[in-house]
Amino acid sequence: MTSAAVIVGASVGGVHTARALRADGYGGEVVLVGAENALPYDKPPLSKELLAGRATAEGICLLTAEQAAEADIRLALGTAAVRLDTAERRVELADGSMLPYSDLVIATGARPRPSPWGEPAGVHILRTLEDSVDLGEDLRRGGPLVVVGAGFIGAEVAATARGLGVEDVTIVDPIPVPLGKALDVECATALAELHSRHGVATRFGVGVSGIDPVGDRLAVRLTDGSELTAATVVVGIGVVPNVEWLADSGLRLDNGVVCDEYSRSVTDPHVHAVGDVARWLHPRYQQLTRVEHWTNAVDQADCVAHNIVHPDQLRAHDAVPYAWTDQYDWKVQLVGRTGADYEQIRIDNPGAADSFTTLYAGSGGEFVGAVVANWPRALITCRRTLKNPGSVGGIDEARRLVEGVRTAPKTNAGAAR
Amino acid sequence: MEEKSKRKGAKAMPVIKVDTELCESYANCVASADDVFDIGDEGTVVLLQPSVPESDRARVEEAVRKCPVGALRIEEE
Repeated sequence: MTSAAVIVGASVGGVHTARALRADGYGGEVVLVGAENALPYDKPPLSKELLAGRATAEGICLLTAEQAAEADIRLALGTAAVRLDTAERRVELADGSMLPYSDLVIATGARPRPSPWGEPAGVHILRTLEDSVDLGEDLRRGGPLVVVGAGFIGAEVAATARGLGVEDVTIVDPIPVPLGKALDVECATALAELHSRHGVATRFGVGVSGIDPVGDRLAVRLTDGSELTAATVVVGIGVVPNVEWLADSGLRLDNGVVCDEYSRSVTDPHVHAVGDVARWLHPRYQQLTRVEHWTNAVDQADCVAHNIVHPDQLRAHDAVPYAWTDQYDWKVQLVGRTGADYEQIRIDNPGAADSFTTLYAGSGGEFVGAVVANWPRALITCRRTLKNPGSVGGIDEARRLVEGVRTAPKTNAGAAR
Repeated sequence: MEEKSKRKGAKAMPVIKVDTELCESYANCVASADDVFDIGDEGTVVLLQPSVPESDRARVEEAVRKCPVGALRIEEE
């Protein structure tokens, strides 16, 4: 049979794998399977630009039918994959049809944890385009809004709601300093204060015990005995990888599809995984790693496409993790390993308010990661430095590099590396 | 867009087009090709070279695909 790459999952990881296969000169059939009956779309805008009405569904489309045809990518949308047979190398779809493959790419992503307090009318979770449109309609009817979970999605929804003019917004999170582990307490506190500055109430260190409809409102009962009234509630309490359809495939699954450093299933080298669903052996950290962010999905897609086209020149997926969140007028970017477990140094940008970088060091003083707030040129320095381990001795040298950013003259072609 | 570019013989070098209005300084282009892209003091993308030699094309196309907001394009001259 002619070769066929079947990609299951039509979000950013799946779409980029399909495009990268063609860019790498893959000559076989490329089939992109998507459960949703919609053209592939981008997810970061769902809590920001699309929710705010600054972007349209067309504007966040990742691959139009014309682009797919032009790149010779066959779209199989609106039908979920339900079963994988690795012995016969075929995927079964919900309509009973079978797709044979020579290489399979699992890009089924992750889904939000469901609300443990039920989902009466007015309670939303956010993952799909439809979810974002529905939530936007409710937000435009006004508040009060209660956001449960102060992670990136919850915080972005709160910020967007304020931007839409929702007056009464409260964020609830059982952790006293949300994101305090991922960012370190000082950074996390700065983000928490950002909410207060924009008129969002925070109830941190308090959990939710129940959400009940009362008339046309929702009563959000908190673990300290208090109660919040809401017209709309958004529950953003993390995601779980979509691996259930692989339950009887024989693939090793453990918080995702377990992969080697080349992003191939440890069970079957013709099965690859990209994006939120992939848990691969990160060569840089020598640890099974799963990353729920846009840039990793795209980087991993490039790696997997390369490995399918060049199985004799395998490339390890060694990208430095990178994520961003946009909240209110702040842009916060995370690169490498960050958080409370690492020694940290904060450098303030003297040239701008609310602009700083926190550098993180491992146990040997080596530079391992950074959180950058509103300081794009410092981000470049940190990403470039972390990409080439060994190019910088330790965190003190990284500090000098970032401190150098604030006085550096504008770069030009001659000065750039 | 980049799929349009079938590699057929010699012709003028393709050029990179940027839309600084769309740029959000996510810097994925710089991470992929820091000899071609940079972020300037204004916090938006700056081109360090305007055109793409054929030998560099795959790498620059990859950098263009990695822009989360589609602020980069490659155009045939």
